[in-house]
Formats: sequence, C-alpha cells, structure tokens
Amino acid sequence: MKKKGIKIIISLILFVLGLVINFNNELINNIIFAIAYIIVGFEILKKAVRNITRGKVFDENFLMSVATIGAFAIGQFPEAVAVMLFYQVGELFQSYAVDKSRKSISSLMDIRPDFANVERNGEIKKVDPDEVNIGEIIVVKPGEKIPLDGTIVEGDSTIDTKALTGESLPQDVAEGSQVLNGCINLTGFIKIKVTKEYGESTVSKILDLVENASSKKSQSENFITKFARYYTPIVVIIAVFLAIIPPLVIEGATFSDWIYRALSFLVVSCPCALVISIPLSFFGGIGGASKMGILIKGSNYLEQLANTEIMVFDKTGTLTEGVFEVQKVKSIDISEDELLKITAYAENYSNHPISLSVKKAYAKDIDEKQIQDTEELSGRGVVAKIDNKKVLVGNEKLMKENQIKFEKCKDIGTVLYVAIDEKYAGYIVISDKIKKDSKNAIEELKKNNVKLTVMLTGDRKAVGEHVAEELGIDRVYTELLPDGKVRKVESLLKEKSEKGKLAFVGDGINDAPVLALADIGIAMGGLGSDAAIEAADIVLMTDEPSKIVNAINLSRRTMKIVKENIIFAIFIKILVLVLSAIGISTMWEAVFADVGVSIIAILNALRVLRVKNN
Amino acid sequence: MKCKFKIKGLDCANCAAELERALNKVDGVKNATISFMTERLELEYDEENKEEILKNAKKVIKREEPDVTIEEI
Repeated sequence: MKKKGIKIIISLILFVLGLVINFNNELINNIIFAIAYIIVGFEILKKAVRNITRGKVFDENFLMSVATIGAFAIGQFPEAVAVMLFYQVGELFQSYAVDKSRKSISSLMDIRPDFANVERNGEIKKVDPDEVNIGEIIVVKPGEKIPLDGTIVEGDSTIDTKALTGESLPQDVAEGSQVLNGCINLTGFIKIKVTKEYGESTVSKILDLVENASSKKSQSENFITKFARYYTPIVVIIAVFLAIIPPLVIEGATFSDWIYRALSFLVVSCPCALVISIPLSFFGGIGGASKMGILIKGSNYLEQLANTEIMVFDKTGTLTEGVFEVQKVKSIDISEDELLKITAYAENYSNHPISLSVKKAYAKDIDEKQIQDTEELSGRGVVAKIDNKKVLVGNEKLMKENQIKFEKCKDIGTVLYVAIDEKYAGYIVISDKIKKDSKNAIEELKKNNVKLTVMLTGDRKAVGEHVAEELGIDRVYTELLPDGKVRKVESLLKEKSEKGKLAFVGDGINDAPVLALADIGIAMGGLGSDAAIEAADIVLMTDEPSKIVNAINLSRRTMKIVKENIIFAIFIKILVLVLSAIGISTMWEAVFADVGVSIIAILNALRVLRVKNN
Repeated sequence: MKCKFKIKGLDCANCAAELERALNKVDGVKNATISFMTERLELEYDEENKEEILKNAKKVIKREEPDVTIEEI
C-alpha cells in the first residue's frame, strides 16, 4: 500500500507539472504525461493483459486500460493520466477503508486471551489457553484477561464484562461464581477451575459467530452484485455502439468526438465502488452491534430486523426476571415473621420454585427436628405437622376442602394461604418481577414502528394479563404449552404484511422451535448459555429487553446508509452516462462518477462503525 | 460437508462476487460463499469425490484470480 502511495504522489507531481508549465513544445508536455501514466498505471496494464488472455473482457483493469489508452490515441493526454491516477487513488482509498474497518472490528473483538497461567505440579506455568485441560486450575491476576471459562475456587474480585456484554458496570464475583473468558479481572487474585476447553469457550464461540456472519448475505448485497453483473457489460456494449454508429450515421459527427464519449462510458462502467460499499456497511453494522453486546449471525438478519412488524415475547425470563419472589406477607393474629417461618418449614422438602422463593425470603436455617411430618397434595399444597401444630399451606382449593374460613386475596401472583390448627393465619403472595427496562423497551418499540407486540406465556391467565397490561403489550396469550406457542406464532406469521417480519424473543432455553420458526429468532441472556447461542439468529449477551430496541435502531441506521449508497451511486452513474452521451460532461465528470462516488459511498458506509456505546 | 478457508489476495468486492459465481459452477460444489470483508470462503460440497472437487475448485481459483491463495481453517 505504501509503495502504491509513493507511485501516486510521484505521478501526481508530474501530472501537475505537465498541466501548469508550458514548455513551448507540446511534445515535452506529452512525454511528461506519458511518464506519469506509466508510473501509476503499469500494474493495471499488466493485469489487463493477463486478464484479457483469459477472456475477461469486463475486467476493471482492462476497462481502465482501454479508456486511458484510447484517450491517448485521440490526443487527450491530461485526461488519460487523470483517469488512471484517480482510479488508483480510489483503489488505494478503498483498500485503506476496508483495512481500517477490518482492523476496527478485530480490535473491538479484542477479547481473545493470549495466555493462561496454569497450576501444574505446584508450579505456575504460562501456556497457550488452547493447551489447558478441563479440571485444571488457572490463576488470574488483577488486570489480566480471564483466559478460559470456569468456576472460581479461591479468592474474590470484581470483573469487567464490557467486552462481552457492552455493560460498563463491573460485576462482583466470589468463590463458586461462574466466570467467562474475555472478561477482565479487575481487583483480586483469583484461582479458577476450568470447565470448558478453549475451543468451546464463550470467546471462541462469539468470535466464530461474528466472523461467519458476513457469509449469510443480505438481499441488498445480492442485489448489488447482480446489478454489477449486468451493468458493466451493458455500459461497455453501449460504449462500443457510441464510438462507431453516430459518426457513420450523423452528418458532421467525428470519430474522435464520439470515441471520447465512449471512453467516458468505459470509465463509468467500473462496478467495484458500488459493490464494496454495501458489504462494508453490513460488516460495520454487525461489528457495531457486537460492541453493544448484540451478536447478529448474518447480514440478512440485520437487514430483516429493520422491517420488524410483529414482536413476540416470551414472558418468563424475557420480560420478567424469571425468579419468583415473595412480594407480600399478610398475617392474622401472629407476626409476619412467624407466618413466613411456619410456611418455610412446611415447604422445606419441596423443590418447587414457589417453595424455594419462600425459603429464600425466610433466609434463616431450618431446624428439621421441628418438622414432624409433611405431605404434598398435588394441585393443592402441603399439609405438615410442625411443633405439633397442623399446618396447611396451599391454594383456595385446599382451604375450601378443609372448611377453613379465609379472606380472598386479590393480589396478582401465586397466593399461598396458611392455616394453623384449622384456623386461618394469613397469606403470602409470590410473583415474578418485571424487569426494570421492559416497559420502556415496549414503548420504544412502538415508537419505532413495530406494529404489534405480543406476549406468550405458559403462566396463568390472571398473571399473564396483568404483566401485559402493566407493560402495555397489545396482545397476550396465556396458559400455553410449548407446542401451543408454536401454533400461535404460526398464526401470527399469517397476520403480517408481505415485507414485514416477525421476531420472537425468548431466553433460548426451551423455545428453540419457536426461535427457529420466527423470521428472526432473538435469544437473550446469551452470556454463558450455549443453547441460546445455537438456536437464535440474534443473541443478546445480557438479558435486557432494551437491547432489542438498540438492535432495531442499528439495523435501521445500517439500512438507511445502504439505501443511500445504492441510490446515490446508481443515480450519479446514470446521470454522468447520459450527460456524456449527449456530449455535455467530459471525462473529468466520468472520473468523479467512478472514484468520487466510490469514496463518498465508502465514507458513508464507515459511519455505521461509529456507534455510541451507552 | 462444509469447509472454511481463509482467502487472501482478493482485489475487490466485485472480483470476490465473480469468483464466488465461478466456484458455484464447479461440479459437486453445492454452495460457495465468499465474504470479501472477512476474507473467508465457505465451501459446501458432496462428501464423495471430495478430493476431486477441492482440486477443481482450486483450479478455478487459479484460473480466475492467479494472485489469490486459500488456506483451510
């Protein structure tokens, strides 16, 4: 690239010299132009000869060579040099831009760890992360990148997950915490037991995914390569006719004039500028997204996301935390703490999420000696004997069956009624918490032209409808089994317009069939979940629904730039072609339509890379 | 079966698109995709005669773009 730059500068100096100084002898000026031309154009001429022997008539090098040699032939020396010179400037700029965006993507994906400090036979050895086996202990000092996925066995620290999630707030970790490679250990000295080989680790998966993303091509990319495939031959053929027919047919028309016009055509016929700016934009978009913790598996998905019309959400774990929490404790005659304690004791042997949340809320050790007997009654609750008192914990049905007078609770969520020795003692409300940013995300989606928001849940009607109302979701379907979700998405797919897309957002754990069925499957909480990464088209590394809004905005921005480039480039090219044909524009405008357009389109595409990291 | 290659020395995006088209015409190649930006070639081809198919694909690359080299990853 440097060598090419030097050649361009020397040639440019000679070119300006030839233009400005009048040597009183045209021959000297022309020799200077010829030298400038050879310096900058020799490579192109060489390639043109090589390609033409292989029958590639519509090769760029060949077209440029013909255009410039033709210009020399009809005596347009400065034009000939300018075309070649600026063509090379354009090429240089193009490779610079491509190089720059490749680099900026790989630096943004600079999460690949370089080494691991592994403990072997009591010694610490610095090895390649590839060479560490599952079960080995690695040591990570403050400031170092965690090289492999694993569990902390010693020490505590805070870690920076920004490279993976886009989240700038550091996370506290301690013994027993799962940590992922690619995170940076900030404060403490930690020892980690490796749970995955490097090839299977989070970083490897992410890098692989982003690198493969550009092989799934978008419609825009396919359109532009197809366009280029017909555009160049057509323009070249018109150029040939333009050079030959008018001088023969029109009276007074000269060959040199019409050949000049034809040569301008050849300059404008080069397709590359058009073709490069589109994949460059998508590449930038995908890179920018991964910076925000959004992994997009293909340019096609980035393109489709801009046309999202229906957004379908799973409830639990997507819009809500998926963690049940005791929201309210209401006791009668005894203290609230006492009620919670008795309930926790009664639920002690159950592993149901509801029971676990009660025990979590109680948060004290349970003395199992006080529990004399427990029996789970399916669909109703638990009967237990605690401290020689008969305790009933369960739903309305259980209370009614035991003829216990109770006060009906109107709160939304799962309600546990408690009776002690056949006497009503109060109730506990447990529910799933709505995520902080869910409401905002739904509002933003509506502002961003998503026409319909839908929530699917296996949860009970009252709970589902309450959450949907709270969040402002348009439609909600409750009490669905997994195959019911599939059928609902199938019927929703029929409701969208032809161009519109349906996106489904889930946590990727048991909604793989729905993720696959939707036009765009989005899984959240991808960090550490292989299932989510496998099943979805777009993976949100964190579990914030607001990231979906970011992704849609980015997709719209990318598509806007892509469309601008396509329309701008084609418009200018056709305009210059028409003006050249009728003799208004010169070869200089043709150079602009080729190189100028290419540079502007690339600069425009590079804008995608500049995403704000919030 | 699917194979991925690092593809180096491509001049421009249009050349990449043309090479991709040429590779898709090779007998036994089910699908070939080239990403100019990431310099990757993905080849999907029949399991049978894979040696033969790969040899032909390399020949096509040599013919279309003599400066291009590929390396399996």
